[in-house]
Amino acid sequence: MTTKAFSSEVGTGSREENASNKAAAPLLDVAHLTLKIGASGRSVVNDVSFQVFPGEIVGIVGESGSGKTLAARAVMGFIPPAVRLTGGAIRFEGQDVMAMSGKDLRAMRGSRVGMVFQEPMTSLNPSMLIGRQLDEGLELHRKLDASGRKALILDMLRRVGLRDPEGALDSYPHQFSGGMRQRIMLASVMLLKPALLLADEPTTALDAVVQRDVMELMVDLTQANDTAVLLISHDLGMVARYCSRIVVMCQGDVVEQGSAEDILARPQHPYTRKLLAAMPQRLPARFLPQDQTPIVAVRDLIVDYPGRQGFFRKSAPKRALHGISIDVQPGEVVAVVGGSGSGKTTLGQSIAGLVKPSGGEILFNGKPIAKSDTAYWDYRLNCQMVFQDPYSSLDPRMTIGQLVGEPLRLVEAMSGAQKKARVAEVLAEVGLKDGFADRYPHELSGGQRQRVAIARAIVRRPSFVIADEPVSALDVTVRAQVLELFDDLQKKHGFSCLFISHDLGVVEQVADRVIVMHEGRIVEEGPRDDIFDNPQHDYTKKLLSAVPGLESTGDGGVRLFWRLGEGEAPASA
Amino acid sequence: MSGDGTMTRSSTMSGERRLKLPAPNALVGGTLIAILLAAAGTGALWTPYDPLKLSFREKLVAPNALHWLGTDEFGRDVLSRLMAGAATSVWISILTVTLAVVMGTTIGLFSGYMRGWTDRVIMAFNDALLAFPGILLALGLLAVLGANKYGIIVALGIAYTPSVARVVRGTVLSLREREFIAASRVMGNGEGFTMLRHILPNCIAPLTVLATSMFGYVLLAESALSFLGLGVPPPAPTWGNMLAGSRPYIDQAAWLGIFPGLCISLTLLGINLLGDALRDKLDPRMRGSR
Repeated sequence: MTTKAFSSEVGTGSREENASNKAAAPLLDVAHLTLKIGASGRSVVNDVSFQVFPGEIVGIVGESGSGKTLAARAVMGFIPPAVRLTGGAIRFEGQDVMAMSGKDLRAMRGSRVGMVFQEPMTSLNPSMLIGRQLDEGLELHRKLDASGRKALILDMLRRVGLRDPEGALDSYPHQFSGGMRQRIMLASVMLLKPALLLADEPTTALDAVVQRDVMELMVDLTQANDTAVLLISHDLGMVARYCSRIVVMCQGDVVEQGSAEDILARPQHPYTRKLLAAMPQRLPARFLPQDQTPIVAVRDLIVDYPGRQGFFRKSAPKRALHGISIDVQPGEVVAVVGGSGSGKTTLGQSIAGLVKPSGGEILFNGKPIAKSDTAYWDYRLNCQMVFQDPYSSLDPRMTIGQLVGEPLRLVEAMSGAQKKARVAEVLAEVGLKDGFADRYPHELSGGQRQRVAIARAIVRRPSFVIADEPVSALDVTVRAQVLELFDDLQKKHGFSCLFISHDLGVVEQVADRVIVMHEGRIVEEGPRDDIFDNPQHDYTKKLLSAVPGLESTGDGGVRLFWRLGEGEAPASA
Repeated sequence: MSGDGTMTRSSTMSGERRLKLPAPNALVGGTLIAILLAAAGTGALWTPYDPLKLSFREKLVAPNALHWLGTDEFGRDVLSRLMAGAATSVWISILTVTLAVVMGTTIGLFSGYMRGWTDRVIMAFNDALLAFPGILLALGLLAVLGANKYGIIVALGIAYTPSVARVVRGTVLSLREREFIAASRVMGNGEGFTMLRHILPNCIAPLTVLATSMFGYVLLAESALSFLGLGVPPPAPTWGNMLAGSRPYIDQAAWLGIFPGLCISLTLLGINLLGDALRDKLDPRMRGSR
């Protein structure tokens, strides 16, 4: 079985045996844990029980609001003041965490239980040297002299893959990239060789290639120290890949738990099935007539970002796009993929007219938009954009009806009544029919907001839509619904689309053609099936090998597979 | 502003809930300000005694049944003077705050939205003004404009403009990076429309807070200017020059200082409470829910 093949590769197979040998005493035993919000009495974690054995990796999967983070934080005694423990017990190494004194609790944190947070940009103190930060925990929990501590720190920094550990000691966090910071964070936690590591979405903020490196480093390090890991994530694919057991949570309840293999192959609970069904899957390729005038053509587009300017200094501009040329045919969905810093967002923004290119030209319907006013307005009215963050893309002071109706302001041919009818029609199309027009964005969920953003983009019936990571801020099941909606609308209205994403799974589902970008250049482009099945460029291969694929087995279960054999994938640096 | 439609519609939507339970800050603040406005309105038309009439036989009389709040060193009725002064003081404060908010918002909006060199030049100038103590700036301007009601309004208005401009610019800078501003541009909206429709309304919350606290500063600044002899010239009463004039008599006739001071404090309290309530009311995010 394929799952077996890769689980042995990352070492979880041997861990399972490891764990079963010691099965007698669980390291962490959470029994009937119930947490309620003080004022309203609403329970946010409801009768949750699970165990973690020494050296084992257990994943908690759930969407936002499932209580997964609260349940895990309770292990460390970190629960917000508004939340009360109303039942159950948490035993760590046989001791009741809830009954511990403040002093014992502090001794346990850090030295016996470590934690890695989601956001590497904010979890390190920006005004403290790395060396000082790493030293902090050691100084507190270990009786060692300064030189002994320094040796330990240097050794650990070397092991997490920092090129210049000595130099890193005297550096500040901002001098490192997100991936490197997460490695440093991991180093600081693992320095104390804790028995349990709580990892709360440790790689969610990183891009796919880095994500895999960091996860693998985490697995290696914890295995070497026989540290158990409680991995909290919304990403079922990642959890399934690294964990031996999975706990699925939904709205405060544990709906299912069991071995990773069983849960994937034979999900019992409807919610687990729903989660699995929501994983993006490839649809059959569509036939599109080629050789028409491309709706949008970009020729040798160059974008420079000006350097920082002060009164007396000016740093050199940074080139974000090095001469990009693309064509988008009518009705075609073209996906642009790449890691952070690849220039994919800049490409979208410059086509949308938000960033002024310093060279090259953009043709809309075969006419250069910079040359004439009529061509510009044709393009302006027919090119729309859906943004990534549904929380910031809607003006908080406008109602949904006003938001969706705003683009029609510039359509002179429509009467007031027609505009009103169009808004109602579009809202119905995106599934926000009843009473939504009078509401404000803050009254809507993330998925509903993104529906509003889509409605706003298509209300003028544009021929071209740019979607910049439209679903990456959404939960798995909501993401599936929004993608489906997007797909339906695209088929119904036949607009072309430039779909920018770092998520290869999503791209595989929606794209007709894929463009892979790296450091401001296109490294590979072609039909979706070619790119996914027969990638040519090393970077494409690396991207693909970092993300596990999921395949439906028909009976509600899924099968996890590598996109490329380990031999084919270039070693990740 | 085209946002008017929103306000009326949504206030009717959540109106019933509001009416049943008005926020306590709106209630207290509203009452205080209502009393103030009533006093100012009455004071302009009618006062118990002539606020300017001297009566040396009755000078420095403690509060009694005839003169509820006592009389001053020239025997003028304090209550009458407070009522007459209310109109002047409130009028000066309202006009000054309006002037500062309008000028500051225009400058801040323009500067924050344009960024680049425009922003840098405007802000350098603005910061230079900001570094100057407001009262000193007002003093200098008053020396040029002459000490009268409108001189004070213009001088204080200019003195308080830079801080408004700073706040608005900061808000604009953070707003213009939000995606809904990009969305507005992609729609094809012009820069001016985007500024007025999307940026300006979102500045209202910080502006309300700033304007209400500024109202207090202006009342105090007017007192300070009067104290230095550059305020509204005597004998016309304002709360400021009444407070200033009470200083020599503070040990024999404490009521001369206490009552104008109390009026200023209560007005400030009322304005601040009302400002908070207003900000919550104007922000759709604070409505509904809970």
